[in-house]
Amino acid sequence: MRLFGLLALALAAGPAAQPAGPPGTGPVAYGQAAADSMPSPPPAPSVTGLAARDVRDDAGGAIELSWELVPGVTADSLLVSRSADGGTWETVAFLPGAEVVFTDEGLEDGVEYSYTVTSLLGGAASQPAGPVSAVPSAQWLHSKRTGMLIILVLLSGVIFWFIDQGRKGRKLYIREIAGLSAVDDAVGRATEMGRSVLYIPGIMGMDDIQTIASMIILGRVAGKTAEYGADLQVPVCNSVVMSVGQEIVKEAYLAAGRPDSYRRDNVFYLTDDQFGYAAGVDGIMVRQRPAAIFMLGTFYAESLILAETGKSVGAIQIAGTAMPSQLPFFIAACDYTLIGEELFAASAYLSREPKLLGSLKGQDAAKLIIMLVIVVGVLAASIGTWWAPAASLADFLRRILHVE
Amino acid sequence: MRTILPLAITFVTGMIMVLNFFVPHRPFNSMGNSLSDWYMIVASAAIFLGAMNLLQVHFARIRHRARNWQYSPVAIGGFLLMLTAGLVTGVEEGRAFDFMFQNMVVPMGATMFSLLAFFVASAAFRAFRSSNWRATLLLVSAFVVMLGRVPIGDLLWRLVPGAASGAHPSLVTEIAEWIMQVPNMAGQRAVMIGAALGVVATSLRMIFGVERSYLGGAD
Amino acid sequence: MGGLLEKLDRIDRRFIYLLMALSVLVPLAFRLEMPIPVSPGPSMDLYEAVDALPPGSVVIVSYDYDPSTMPELQPMAVALTRHLMSRGVKIIATALWPQGASLAQNALTQISDSLGLSEYEDWVNLGYTVGGAVSVVRMGSSISAVFPRDRVGVPYDSIPVLEGVGRLADISMVIALSAGDPGIHAWVMVAQGRFGIPVGGGCTAVSAPEFYTYLGSGQLVGLLGGLKGAADYETLLKRDNPGAPGGTATPGMAAQSISHLVIMGFIVIGNIAFIAGRKRKRGGAK
Repeated sequence: MRLFGLLALALAAGPAAQPAGPPGTGPVAYGQAAADSMPSPPPAPSVTGLAARDVRDDAGGAIELSWELVPGVTADSLLVSRSADGGTWETVAFLPGAEVVFTDEGLEDGVEYSYTVTSLLGGAASQPAGPVSAVPSAQWLHSKRTGMLIILVLLSGVIFWFIDQGRKGRKLYIREIAGLSAVDDAVGRATEMGRSVLYIPGIMGMDDIQTIASMIILGRVAGKTAEYGADLQVPVCNSVVMSVGQEIVKEAYLAAGRPDSYRRDNVFYLTDDQFGYAAGVDGIMVRQRPAAIFMLGTFYAESLILAETGKSVGAIQIAGTAMPSQLPFFIAACDYTLIGEELFAASAYLSREPKLLGSLKGQDAAKLIIMLVIVVGVLAASIGTWWAPAASLADFLRRILHVE
Repeated sequence: MRTILPLAITFVTGMIMVLNFFVPHRPFNSMGNSLSDWYMIVASAAIFLGAMNLLQVHFARIRHRARNWQYSPVAIGGFLLMLTAGLVTGVEEGRAFDFMFQNMVVPMGATMFSLLAFFVASAAFRAFRSSNWRATLLLVSAFVVMLGRVPIGDLLWRLVPGAASGAHPSLVTEIAEWIMQVPNMAGQRAVMIGAALGVVATSLRMIFGVERSYLGGAD
Repeated sequence: MGGLLEKLDRIDRRFIYLLMALSVLVPLAFRLEMPIPVSPGPSMDLYEAVDALPPGSVVIVSYDYDPSTMPELQPMAVALTRHLMSRGVKIIATALWPQGASLAQNALTQISDSLGLSEYEDWVNLGYTVGGAVSVVRMGSSISAVFPRDRVGVPYDSIPVLEGVGRLADISMVIALSAGDPGIHAWVMVAQGRFGIPVGGGCTAVSAPEFYTYLGSGQLVGLLGGLKGAADYETLLKRDNPGAPGGTATPGMAAQSISHLVIMGFIVIGNIAFIAGRKRKRGGAK
């Protein structure tokens, strides 16, 4: 709407507001047009310091124009004109008078474009600022993300090196994770008591890495329930998780040689609603009184509601999440809690597959590197307050780690 | 083939999204956008999958007279009622769907959330025990934060002679905020950085096919 | 005495529940009110960031919650909406949670009607989108690709308030009110981290501690944590606009204060019983 208003204003200004001809002829045309209709000279431009540059870190086809406003002069509107490779001039935009930047998009890479900016004041056009020129181009690497790329390559390199070491048969020590070691006991207890095992994979979908980690553990838990002949219930709050869960449990029962015991409906959808799901799961806990409850994945405010209800029915509870604010609730109400990255370590820990163990060691090594960088950064920033070289090191680290 | 195809899709899409972040050049910029659009379409379609499963599971429970099957007709009835109201009358304000949403879904949801108050009280009673010096430290911090998060903390502090006119009339809130912004933040960051590295490692394992168990146990 | 302490240690949880219910009900029934002193902190930071927005700027408010967390988050939504609208800031409402769109409409129409503003000229509710963080990534290049129409089907291109707003870079600030995921995490990681848009947040009290990391790093301009955050915002709004109607969070703070005291009372009782029990055991062992 605003654009149409400005267009009407520009048209109302008569020939003076029409886009200028090629540079050189423009100012003459403006002056004459103004002289024909008004005795006063054309108004002074309201913009100065016009500059054009290719937009950096983009897919090409864009040029950014920037300028400053002359103090005390504010145009009603600004008219941006463009010429490609010295050809004819065309109007590309009418802007509010206070604008100081404009990005022209949809251009052809490698072609030189020239621009002028004309101020429209009280129905008259000023002499145009410019012309200025630039050539749009596309970039292959985002210059502000180079540091991030280096870090990613470094961390990935460390992780892959350890995966390779694992593949080559190097002995890799993994400390005991009590929560994962207790999986067998929990399933065994449920079997002895003749009660079910309840597995809650969090409230997120398969695009959440914690849900994926949870699905990996579900495969192992399902393998144990198949082996021991215990009943497994998996209520989910996302339909994609349901499909994946059904496949994982089915494969686990097949692998355990008990395909007859697998029932598809044991992995079932309740609702996408956060607390509707919590209510549904609480109902299952209270009615079925499972002997073992696994809560592994992403949880939010419903974590304590689930964990406390589970405790009230006397189940052995193993929880795990990388959500820092929910960990205290699980620690307070559950028997075992996997903290943060322990959840992601579960796949390697439970399978003992060398490649996965290698990636776990790589992850630890990457953590060590990050810890070193943090310590060096903190020291450099602190010492840098009185010793300049340390300040430059801190600046360098800040620049490398900063992502735009 | 059953394993290779999903692994290949994971690798190609994973790499496109990684490259999309670092390479602004065509075609990676538009490929990332296309994948995002596809994802939203797939995620929308998956909602129907869940709805179908819900009906399937509950009809099966009624048919087999499974344990607690009496709840299933209620679930199916509620689902169909909301669905029909939404489809027939629309979701605008004042319509049947909106009426049920405002007067049934909202209070029932709020009720479930409110249960947290009871569970927090019971868990706090059980868990906050001064069993050693670390637990005691936790207990004291919890006390200060609980007082600092409500106005009564500072009101109680201002009953101390000279506190209200002193340099720190909101001392309890200030200490609570310090606990949140310094020790709490340090702990949260430690867990977060560790978990983020776990995410990076798991993502790399999946993109490069080292981790396969999420594909249905196909190790 | 020993028997009483033992009983206290094994107190029936239903008794705890009953006292909790009374501690909330009584202050609400008797309309107890407490003054809310607001000291510098994340609530004030968000208020000041919103207050510094020039009139006419466009802000996305994302309603990423559902009715269950409404008691904590809706008062924030109402107070923020009132603040933004009274300052002449244009609001684009989005929802990464399905039911957030209806809750957004409630807050927006309520405040808009009271201030005499109009839908589509001063604000728009684009409704719900699936995809969470992926949708936010896509909004970085095109908001209309994610929301081709608003909540009731009006095409994006025909909505006046959206004129000149094509992608996240055209937005002055994002305020995410979230009960979980997708929510603040997605907006901070993508809108702030990737596109450099200032992001403010509001969340439930139990989730607040984890977002302090983003406050410390400057990735969040401010944060409202739970009912206390909402009450802080209402108080600040009232301080600068004495004529503005009060919100629902402020009266709730008395109930929350009493319930906190009750929980603390239980913790003290639990510890007395625990320490006495430990002494008894030691005595028995001797």
